[in-house]
Amino acid sequence: MMLKVAPSVIFLALIFFLTACSIEPVKPWDRDLLAEDKMQLVPDALEETLDAHIYFSKESSFGGAGIGGGGCGCN
Amino acid sequence: MQLKKKQSIRDALAVATCTLLSGVSQTQATEVNDDRWELDTAILFYSEKDRVEVIAPTATAKKAIGEDEFITLRAVYDSLTGASPNGASPTNTAQTFTSPSGESTLTTQAGETPMWEFRDMRLALGVDWERSTSRTVRDTLSADISKERDYFSGALSANRNWDLNDRLTTISAGLGVNYDLISPEGGVPDAGQTVATAKVLGDESKTGTSVLFGITQVINRRTLMQLNYMHAESSGYLNDPYKILSVVDSGTGATLQYLYEKRPDSRSSDVLFWKMVYHLSEDVLHLSYRYFQDDWGIKSHTVDLAYRYELGEKSYLRPRVRYYTQSGADFYNHSFVNGSVPTYASADSRLAEMDSVTLGIKYGRKVGSDSEFSVRLEQMVQSGKDHPSDAIGFQQQLDLYAELEATTIQFSYSTTF
Repeated sequence: MMLKVAPSVIFLALIFFLTACSIEPVKPWDRDLLAEDKMQLVPDALEETLDAHIYFSKESSFGGAGIGGGGCGCN
Repeated sequence: MQLKKKQSIRDALAVATCTLLSGVSQTQATEVNDDRWELDTAILFYSEKDRVEVIAPTATAKKAIGEDEFITLRAVYDSLTGASPNGASPTNTAQTFTSPSGESTLTTQAGETPMWEFRDMRLALGVDWERSTSRTVRDTLSADISKERDYFSGALSANRNWDLNDRLTTISAGLGVNYDLISPEGGVPDAGQTVATAKVLGDESKTGTSVLFGITQVINRRTLMQLNYMHAESSGYLNDPYKILSVVDSGTGATLQYLYEKRPDSRSSDVLFWKMVYHLSEDVLHLSYRYFQDDWGIKSHTVDLAYRYELGEKSYLRPRVRYYTQSGADFYNHSFVNGSVPTYASADSRLAEMDSVTLGIKYGRKVGSDSEFSVRLEQMVQSGKDHPSDAIGFQQQLDLYAELEATTIQFSYSTTF
């Protein structure tokens, strides 16, 4: 199974670390844009929860963005 | 720091102070100031064409209960009505089914996808307790319960975030467990048995464990990136007690009998999730990709792209597109040939090979100093193999995958008090 996961891991790791090569050490006083609400990884948690519930009940995949939350019968 | 034209000096100072003092820890939820409640409410209307309708009012309230310590209360109520495919395959004659509770019969016309009609409600409650244990470590403990007439789920999770590298990097680790109890009216049917004669068992349960590791990195002044890996295991009763399947004649394709579906009693899943948030001059782009696979043979790819387009100081439009594609479970088929039904078999279309596309638009507007109203409209279309190559006899003329079209409308209002 690890072999099957490997290409994706490598691909994502490449994206991440190639980008990471260009990481700039952003100083605290330059973090104004990053501090805006709309720059949150999850800008609307309620919407994210409702969406996760819809897609969990209609598709066979789940999780990834975070952990936790209850299940459902979901007909 | 560039100040927006009409931004008050107090707000600007607050942002600047907060930025300087705390750095920017991007996995941290929005700061709650003073001892007010931060309230998010929404009502969601979800409607599938000819199938399920859901109305879901929901609310979340967050409050600081100490220094760097927050409590969040969450509630969702779902009201569900409509019809859902029961798993049986369409045929060239009418089919009659007895409802799962045994109270009524349902007739499906020739060529139509057989459905169960149902009505249910669900109440889900949750609480998060979040606190900083040091300047760079933040823990969140969560508890959730969810109750339907025939289903109970309880879940606990713990997450820890470490800020490193002058708060430009955050490492996350999480552990979650859940316990679900399935108790359909009339009992759980014996999986894999003939519908007409299957034994009825008592309640059944399943348990699950999941772990998550993640890294979030500030790439530059405008870019933030996250990479997560999640592993989940579940075991116990993983069937859907309402799903049946058709056993068909190998020559004509005619349905000979119905069996209850039977899935393996364990499932192991791996997920990779990548997300990027990019700040243009005013607008913000959210892009994510998820790869999922499990030991049932399901592999999926999900791409989600949202673009927040600022309409001046107070409002924005956010178009969104989501694409999802999955391969089918090894034990899925639209129907099974008589005499060669495998040990595990399901005709639940959610386990089938399929694609799903969601298009959406959201409009948000600030109201007053700290409130926001938004509305979103989304359309989802799910499609699969409606004419698979292994269709037998008259099945070749029938639509063996019922396309799903769903519309979501959500109104949200956030405020503090």
